[in-house]
Amino acid sequence: MVTLSVNGRMQQVDAAPDTPLLYVLRDHLQLNGAKYGCGLGQCGSCTVMVDGQAVLSCVTPVSVVQNRRIKTVEGLGTVADPGPMQRAFIEEQAAQCGFCIPGMMMRAQALLERNASPSQAEIRSHMNQNLCRCGTHMRILRAIERAAAAFKTGGGR
Amino acid sequence: MSGIVAAGISRRSFLAGAGALVVSFSLLPRLASAQGEGGSAAAKTPALPESLRGAPLLDSWIRIEADGRITVFTGKVEFGQGIKTALIQIAAEELVVEPQRINLITADTSLTPNEGYTAGSQSMQNSGTAILNAAAQVRVILVELAAARLNIPAGELMVQNGAVRAAGGRALTYGELVTAQALHVSARPESVLRDAASHSVIGRPLARVDIPAKVCGEVIYVQDLRLPGMVHARVVRPPSYGARLRALDTSLVERTPGFLKVVRDGDFIAVIAEREYQAIAAARVLAKAASWDEQTKLPEQAALDSYVRGLPSQDTVILGAASAPDFGAGAIAANYFRPYQMHASIGPSCAVGLWRDEGLTIWTHSQGVYPLRKAIAEMLRAPEERVHCIHMEGAGCYGHNSADDAGADAALIASAFPGRPVRVHWMREDEHAWEPYGCAMVSSARAQLDTSGNIADWQYEVWSNTHSTRPGRAGNLAAATQLQTPFTPPPPEAIPQPAGGGDRNAIPYYKFGNARVVHHFIPTMPLRVSALRSLGAYMNVFSIESFMDELAKTAAADPVDFRLRHLEDPRARAVVTTAAERFGWAAYRRQQGRGRGFAFARYKNLAAYTAVACEAEVDRESGRLRLMRAVAAVDSGEAVNPDGIRNQIEGGIIQSLSWTLYEAVTFDTMRITSTDWGTYPILRFASVPDSIEVNVISRPGAPFLGTGEAAQGPTAAALANALADATGVRIRELPFTSARVKAAIGI
Repeated sequence: MVTLSVNGRMQQVDAAPDTPLLYVLRDHLQLNGAKYGCGLGQCGSCTVMVDGQAVLSCVTPVSVVQNRRIKTVEGLGTVADPGPMQRAFIEEQAAQCGFCIPGMMMRAQALLERNASPSQAEIRSHMNQNLCRCGTHMRILRAIERAAAAFKTGGGR
Repeated sequence: MSGIVAAGISRRSFLAGAGALVVSFSLLPRLASAQGEGGSAAAKTPALPESLRGAPLLDSWIRIEADGRITVFTGKVEFGQGIKTALIQIAAEELVVEPQRINLITADTSLTPNEGYTAGSQSMQNSGTAILNAAAQVRVILVELAAARLNIPAGELMVQNGAVRAAGGRALTYGELVTAQALHVSARPESVLRDAASHSVIGRPLARVDIPAKVCGEVIYVQDLRLPGMVHARVVRPPSYGARLRALDTSLVERTPGFLKVVRDGDFIAVIAEREYQAIAAARVLAKAASWDEQTKLPEQAALDSYVRGLPSQDTVILGAASAPDFGAGAIAANYFRPYQMHASIGPSCAVGLWRDEGLTIWTHSQGVYPLRKAIAEMLRAPEERVHCIHMEGAGCYGHNSADDAGADAALIASAFPGRPVRVHWMREDEHAWEPYGCAMVSSARAQLDTSGNIADWQYEVWSNTHSTRPGRAGNLAAATQLQTPFTPPPPEAIPQPAGGGDRNAIPYYKFGNARVVHHFIPTMPLRVSALRSLGAYMNVFSIESFMDELAKTAAADPVDFRLRHLEDPRARAVVTTAAERFGWAAYRRQQGRGRGFAFARYKNLAAYTAVACEAEVDRESGRLRLMRAVAAVDSGEAVNPDGIRNQIEGGIIQSLSWTLYEAVTFDTMRITSTDWGTYPILRFASVPDSIEVNVISRPGAPFLGTGEAAQGPTAAALANALADATGVRIRELPFTSARVKAAIGI
């Protein structure tokens, strides 16, 4: 048994300790936000936050994140009550297929929680690890800037 | 920033006025086929638009319940291009209701019309036109029903917000008017469409209906589907094309945690486990326990261009005289090359299969649920009625990737494991190595100028494989070729003009004194290939628009002026001049290491018009080429969702930039070696341009023109031309890697 704190809830999970966090989130906890993209830590689709840092869940064994604060896109808000990052992506229409977007949002969330006034260059550099194949990059960058403005006035979530 | 430029021409024919117009389908321009990649346009003008002809009953498209709920059906699928939102806008406009009132059902072999594949940028032309007309006819029927109920002439009634109203306040809602039989009628050959000038939903940006759920982690993708009792499977694919399984020892895998079953049929092997990561771990054990005989001999990658040109070809002159024009000593010639490139979907393919009660259900992100059903039924030797395919979104596919293959895997594994749903998710290395690629192509252009510097003689030849090996037949499914009793892929076929496959956009949209175009269709396919966004148009537009700049340079003409001198279609001229003006082409001042480039094409010569102007810079030390800014102008006919068009063109520009800068599938003499993002790099944020501006030129009342693939070719050529402008060196081989640029500029 592994004990995890996910989106503010403590959870007991019956998974082998070497199971990557991604599969525990998706298969055991039925959370959809983190996506399998490569399983190699190359694309960022599986990005979640652990203790405020962006982490690639596909290459992170579940045993190393026990009792640490894990946050997925489900922890940012819901369709009925989206958080500032989600609202920014909706307002900028920053998705095509959308498969990479939860990973993008979690990496951006980690940046803005640390620094709500990043420069354009800092955003690009920070986001460089995450791949988008539809070419939605311009909108993603605008959404992160919009979210940053919201963080400054009202805080993140 | 982006803008909408208004333009007021209408190509629809007015048969009656008074606030609405009647459209007779026989007067509409010919519509391309719903099958394939936009090929085989009907020989005769149809009585109804293509998709309505295939499913003429109005209630195949639109149903209204007694409580007023409206459901619209489409045979097309959403894969991030925003088609659901645009189709809802069309239906809402003609039904005169708020878009939020409409529930749209996409491709499902039990529910929706069969519209073939969602491909070839045809969803707006086919499904959009069908829903536009079906909705208009439904509205007219509802008005007629109201007229009879109220005993008031139809001409004195108004339609407003889902109800038919009479003067004096009497109103009947659609729910009150509709009967079960009322919409169970065939579409008529004429529709009374709302006047385009009064459109209030069409033409306005509408937020995409699918985005909120996507950014909140709801169940959207087939990858997210969890059915009660569901188990997980992984396929162990051969190490190379055509490899045969020599031996398989299943003793170790049977002892792995959660193991349920090994499924084997010939060279097809898969393992099922209770949990997903258990299935992955088991598949790794199974892969180590399999030994293969490899046989395929792949071509020498370094000499791919000469290899392609040397393969036997079937040659068709698609424009001009049978023999080549007489080129004099002043003729200019150039050859171009494009390597194999991949769809490289960000999410590997996935499907869920359930075999129960002698029937199979497949949840799939295939672009064509009906063709997939047919192929799976053939593979399982089962009647089609026993197979039900339901579309769910996957990650963006950009053409025929492994989606159908994953569906076939799920069918094989689920039918060997009845009663429980089986989820099959491909691993990254399998998606990269086994998807059907966009094929390697070679082109050759030759031209001579007249005394005034215009193009007098033009010859263009292109060498290419087919651009569609989509299912419909079992032999097109990867797994079906590996079975004990294997299916053979059907012989490849060229997609005919005017849409074309390898020769898509091989005929220039310009007017030249004398032009000849030859398509060399190559049946031999050393690597697995099929439809990749824009098919041959990416290569042909790259070649033609690069060559136009080479000729403009010879003629000492400005590249934009040179294009306009050869362009007659006013809508083509409009996108060229708009892109040039918005870019600031005339006032451009070149800085050291930078250059500007321009390109134009009308996709398939019958869909959206796109012009791209861009500025790029080259780092002479590293050879790194960077797109700084791009300005596009696009005419998609009447723009239904202008922001949807902008999103598609922005995305197309960035994706084409990635193809053009970085992408080539690598292989050795036996195996594909591009198996992950390290061995097949694509564009990252560090290389994203500073700005992209898309100007949408809307043509109210004009037919919808497909847009999704329109930016691929012009972007590549505009970048090639900017590179040449910046360095003085013309590179004719894709991609423009730093190493290739550095070698070409000779630092």
